[in-house]
Amino acid sequence: MKNTPSVEQHLEIYRRMLLVRHLEESLGALHKEGRTRGPIHRCDGQEAVGVAATAVLEAGDKVATTHRGHAVYIGKGMAVHPVVAEIFGRATGACGGRAGHMLVADAEKGVIGGNAIVGAGIPAATGMALSMQILGTGNVAMCVFGDGAAQTGICHEAMNMAGLWKLPVVFVLEHNQFGLTVPSEVQSPVEDLSIRAAGYAMPAEIVDGNDAVAVYRAVSTMVERARRGEGPGMVECKTYRIEGFSTSDMGGYQKPEDIAAWKARDPLLVSRKVLLGDVGEAKLAGIEAAAKAEVDEAFAAALSDPMPEFSLDEACNPYSEAH
Amino acid sequence: MAMMRYAEALNAALREEMQADPSVFLFGEDIGRYGGVFKVTKGLMEEFGETRVRDTPISEQALTAMAVTAAMTGTRPVLEIMYADFVPLTLDALVNQASIYNYIWNGQVKMPFVLRTQGGGGAGAGAQHSKSLDSMLAHIPGIKVVAPSTPADAKGMLKAAIRDDQPVVFLEHKLLYNTRGEVPEGDVTVPLGKAATLREGSDISIFATSKMVVEALKAADLLAADGVSAEIVDLRSLRPLDVNAIVASIAKTHHAVVVNEGWRFCGYAAELSATIMDHAFDELDAPVTRVTLPDMPIPYSEPLETAMLPSAEKIRTAALKTLK
Ligand SMILES: Cc1ncc(C[n+]2csc(CCOP(=O)(O)OP(=O)(O)O)c2C)c(N)n1
Ligand SMILES: [Mg+2]
Repeated sequence: MKNTPSVEQHLEIYRRMLLVRHLEESLGALHKEGRTRGPIHRCDGQEAVGVAATAVLEAGDKVATTHRGHAVYIGKGMAVHPVVAEIFGRATGACGGRAGHMLVADAEKGVIGGNAIVGAGIPAATGMALSMQILGTGNVAMCVFGDGAAQTGICHEAMNMAGLWKLPVVFVLEHNQFGLTVPSEVQSPVEDLSIRAAGYAMPAEIVDGNDAVAVYRAVSTMVERARRGEGPGMVECKTYRIEGFSTSDMGGYQKPEDIAAWKARDPLLVSRKVLLGDVGEAKLAGIEAAAKAEVDEAFAAALSDPMPEFSLDEACNPYSEAH
Repeated sequence: MAMMRYAEALNAALREEMQADPSVFLFGEDIGRYGGVFKVTKGLMEEFGETRVRDTPISEQALTAMAVTAAMTGTRPVLEIMYADFVPLTLDALVNQASIYNYIWNGQVKMPFVLRTQGGGGAGAGAQHSKSLDSMLAHIPGIKVVAPSTPADAKGMLKAAIRDDQPVVFLEHKLLYNTRGEVPEGDVTVPLGKAATLREGSDISIFATSKMVVEALKAADLLAADGVSAEIVDLRSLRPLDVNAIVASIAKTHHAVVVNEGWRFCGYAAELSATIMDHAFDELDAPVTRVTLPDMPIPYSEPLETAMLPSAEKIRTAALKTLK
């Protein structure tokens, strides 16, 4: 099929999904021990969206994501250690501990960035695409956003301009069925949110968001069009949030049978099944062990890294003496 | 020097910066084909084309958010928000986006965009098209806010704002667009954050920005007839604020009136008063007096609107009271 990732590409997607899974599970464990700070929004069970969508992008392309962005950070090429160190507020974190897990950025990797104002990533990516169009860079901007974010007013404003000006931006809707606690049907009169793309003259495709290959294919098609100057596109990835909204979530609103059904279709299982036929057990076992070790090492290092020191006099402080 | 209207001076600044730097682009409602409802962008779409001068849909929230990230990725956007009264729609992009990234991302990005808008009363535009929301904007750390009063400063400061790597909100006034003044020719910039003493005086210092500077200058004439020598300091920039210029003037006059066309409570004049307390308390011979809009909506009918707006006469009264 067109735009199917090569086995090598799929293996790399699988490896990055594993990194994210271990990252999320380790965070969950440390949260239980009271060793995390602030709310943490896990994306385990949804890794295929953030990882496979960003796997399509080139180094100069940019991505804006949400408060639940770990899969996008790792998918767009950030190493695990600076992400973990940022989550633990360390001086060695991607942003020196100033950002925290919801707002991570790595400008060099094109991750700019996490955003915890729901909906704000949508105009953010659209603005980057505007800049790319004006400068003629040939790059593409991507926005990964939630089904809750899709209901904001700013979503309409930004998508309208993206369609109107044929901006090189791809909107990847991570439809995990919930906003904070409310289910999708309590937020929107339509089930398939991407039908709205028609109102912006954008093509849209709905895919199984737990199937990395399907996500990759659909996103590739939209990215190619956008890069050719044919305008924006949308991919609606149907998935499910198997965890709580965040580590502060007290639960009680997700049906156990739904969680079980989606867990049976875990994106890691879906990819593994395909890859097993492609490369065999030994190769996969090797990748899995290495991914686990990489995350364990990143946590061990980050947890013993130094804390940052507060100073008013830093160049990045707008009113420092350094200016 | 060339005699120019304030709007023409802004237009010249935009043209020159667009000619000098292909990464500068303009967007906003009705700015292209029509040339802007105040004609500041007249002729620019013809000269620079529809890619760099864009008429936009009515989408202040997204436009401002897009200016932020366009600026982070290599362009220098200049966004026109038609009325300062629409600033509340832009606030998430300013408060939660533009103002945080340089710091929380540890200096990884620059944010060179300009948000131009115009406010102020006196034109019968009613409660939703007459406000000055200076203090809402100047409250946000990391955003520069400037409000020039003369055509020369309008041009020189807009050029400086476009070249600045931090976000700049550029406040214009609907009743200043047709005012005329000498503007230096060529590539002359005026630094942001520096006040200008427009009239020297020895008895009292009057601090103002934008159209209130015009009123303060008129008040100085009235006060001269009263036998009072008033010093008029055009702050030009609300943030960063030229505290040294304020202190130097008060050290001379020992009396201060602060003027702002915005609301009084938590307003910009309150900030100026507190700044004077922080830095020049020992120099003062009397409390600082504020001249502001009263805390209420701006009415439409001419006598009602005129009665509430700060004016030369009100500044004069405040100065005389301060000196008593
Ligand atoms: C503007 C705004 N409103 C509300 C919130 C609180 N909030 C944080 S995440 C969230 C739900 C977002 O749902 P969705 O976009 O589907 O993302 P998901 O959490 O499912 O990944 C809410 C209401 C916020 N952060 N920003
Ligand atoms: Mg959701």
